[in-house]
Amino acid sequence: MPGFDFGPIFLTVKLATAATVILFLVGLPMAHWLARTSFKYKFLTEALVAMPLVLPPSVLGFYLLVAFGPGYGLGKILADYFNVRLLFTFWGLLVGSVIYSLPFMVQPLQSGFSALPNSLAEASYTLGKSRLETFLRVVLPNIRSAALSGVVLTFAHTVGEFGVVLMIGGNIPGETRVASVAIYEEVEAMRYANANSYALFLVAVSFAVLAAAYFINKRGIKVA
Amino acid sequence: MITVDIRKKFASDGREFSLDVKMEVAQNAFVALYGKSGSGKTTLLRMIAGLLEPDDGVITVDGVAWHDKGESINLAPQKRGVGMVFQDYALFPNMTVFENIVYAAGKNNMDWVRRLVEAANLGSLQSRNPAELSGGEKQRVAVARALARKPGLLLLDEPMSALDVESRAGLQDELLAMHREFGLTTIMVTHELSEVFKMATDVFILEAGRVLRRGKPSGVYSDQNPAGQFRFAGEISAIEKQDVVYVVSVIVGNTIVKVMAAEEEISSFSVGDKVLLISKAFNPHIVKPGLELPFYNRN
Repeated sequence: MPGFDFGPIFLTVKLATAATVILFLVGLPMAHWLARTSFKYKFLTEALVAMPLVLPPSVLGFYLLVAFGPGYGLGKILADYFNVRLLFTFWGLLVGSVIYSLPFMVQPLQSGFSALPNSLAEASYTLGKSRLETFLRVVLPNIRSAALSGVVLTFAHTVGEFGVVLMIGGNIPGETRVASVAIYEEVEAMRYANANSYALFLVAVSFAVLAAAYFINKRGIKVA
Repeated sequence: MITVDIRKKFASDGREFSLDVKMEVAQNAFVALYGKSGSGKTTLLRMIAGLLEPDDGVITVDGVAWHDKGESINLAPQKRGVGMVFQDYALFPNMTVFENIVYAAGKNNMDWVRRLVEAANLGSLQSRNPAELSGGEKQRVAVARALARKPGLLLLDEPMSALDVESRAGLQDELLAMHREFGLTTIMVTHELSEVFKMATDVFILEAGRVLRRGKPSGVYSDQNPAGQFRFAGEISAIEKQDVVYVVSVIVGNTIVKVMAAEEEISSFSVGDKVLLISKAFNPHIVKPGLELPFYNRN
């Protein structure tokens, strides 16, 4: 294959892994709060979290483009005070992916927490266990399949991202040129063999990740 | 000695109630909190456990303040040293029976864990998952786990409500035996009169967040208690008219007793009511199961 570059594949895996790790850490407390709170305006928070599900990626990409632009607002603050540029960089892509894939992590976790009876954590508290120990040894193991769904969906969704990346990342090799963008570019240049290699990779990764998730879940612990 | 004097607004079935309870519980007592749903008995139990904060008032246990609104004291449930058995038992599904108890007792207390396993008769179930247990088995695990930290106070939230009538009697005996063996003070929420009579040394009858009556079970449901009187707690299962009288069927334990009643008596009864069946017996017979007929009637 003339001119085939593995860079976009590594970049895609790197981006999806980083976004999944960040979203898992951010999503856990967020989903736990959403599942347990009786906050009056919870519905607004839930609507905000779910927005990326219904918005065209180009809409999200457009507003991120405006926000990250170094001319004014957030982009200007980041550029002037922290010397950070998000537009057309890997870090900008990561921030965009975290926002874009947020519901894919939060929603499964939230339904996992909601399905877990409160009495499990309360029993652990009366047994003298701290909130953290209870969370790690009782709550988390019992929402295992929900957590797994969140991780898998987030990873797969980030791998499949295209619109947002194109808007805020562009097509810079080694920086923002992920596999989905590379396919687009190879097709434009009529290099169908290369496009096919990237596309096959995405198909294989998606299938392998989903099959692994279903396999692990099948052997998982049944929650009484 | 446990002293409770608390107030709390709470909601049950979409209605607002206010709870205002004063109670004292002596060392080694087995106290029943009896009342209908919505009477506030579980709310009271959860406030003693520290899972719910009272709006106002004081809870002291052996001179130590667990809650004191005025002093801004509200001890976390972790620090109260209570054992609690939840209505749904709350066994951790990701751990085996043995692991559930070890989680509570700590890995350095294996001798104690083994003693609990033996006392709760769990030897053959140790490596099972909670999902594989029957209701009665779950209850025994929940009690053993609740005792794992050697609490002085055991709190039971309707521990028998998920069980069928047949398995209740045996578990009630086991629970009483544990209460005595480990020198516990026990507070049990229940809406079963039979449980109150069988197990409790003292009962508090709650209604709409207030203590309606308190005392010994034998005295609190009826003012006089002449000797030679039998009383059984039961539930009305049917009321049928036969000629001029009514026949009321009452479920006591797992048998149905039919009692005749006049029309004016019937007006205050309806199916599902918890009632006491009282009878003056002048010549009671005691026989072993299987030999129910008195000797002179057997062929």
